[in-house]
Amino acid sequence: MLPALPLDEAGKYVAAAYLVFLALILIYVAIMASKLARIEREVVELAEVVERKQDAAPPAQRAKEPVA
Amino acid sequence: MLTGAFALVFFYAPLDADQGFVQKIFYVHVPMAIVALCGFVAGGVFAVMHLRTRESKWDMRSYVTIHISVILAVGVLVTGSIWARASWGHWWIWDEPMLVSFLIVFLLYATYWPLRFSIEDKEKQSRYASVFAVVAGAFVPLNFTAVKMAQSFVHPETLATTTGGLPPKMALTFVVALAGMTLLFVTLIKYEMASKHATFRLRALRRRLAGDDDELGFAGRSAAPQL
Repeated sequence: MLPALPLDEAGKYVAAAYLVFLALILIYVAIMASKLARIEREVVELAEVVERKQDAAPPAQRAKEPVA
Repeated sequence: MLTGAFALVFFYAPLDADQGFVQKIFYVHVPMAIVALCGFVAGGVFAVMHLRTRESKWDMRSYVTIHISVILAVGVLVTGSIWARASWGHWWIWDEPMLVSFLIVFLLYATYWPLRFSIEDKEKQSRYASVFAVVAGAFVPLNFTAVKMAQSFVHPETLATTTGGLPPKMALTFVVALAGMTLLFVTLIKYEMASKHATFRLRALRRRLAGDDDELGFAGRSAAPQL
């Protein structure tokens, strides 16, 4: 068995290992957050399209359409 | 819980007599490896459910579970490499069965997305991906067996040693870290499942709206399962 590394040298490796784990989780969460932001943008876009369609529809058809 | 586990690692768990402070990597590396390997097996179980029921929700669960497991597997390889460098003086040892078999498992699962992406027909894609997940999931326990059977003295036995296993303080810290890692894994799966559901509902809504209007485009080819 190899002798244990001194604390100042071992600390770098331990810190690196925990930082790798933290970085992985942060990168994943950041990617997911950007995906959720894209979904939000698409929802807004779809809502605008639906509004435009409702405005373009004749009044009689608009009255038949459910509100919610 | 994971934060609590890491607090225990640095303020409660004693220093290892042989490796000293470097052994602290054990509390992030081993739980991550266990959860990743269990995730691969769980992905295989979900794939079996998909093949039995043909319900796309199982394919989605299998896909997401494998996805998160692969991310954790990257962490296992990198933290293991750092630990190897600190303990053995080398970043990688090709003679070590644990390292090589884990790398093989990782590379095997790295082909999961190209496999899915290469099949255009969604029904075939989910079926072939499920078969892959079942076969690869069955291969994963071999990883453990290979290590147990190999007569190597290089890779440390972490859970059961000839001296009777971990001391109680180390064992408690390890169990808390493992529980924390498992909860993180489940949380990430739920997070990604929610995101995928939202994406597919949105896509379905787009399709319905685009029925009489070409203003809205369709999503292209994808490796992700369809709900």
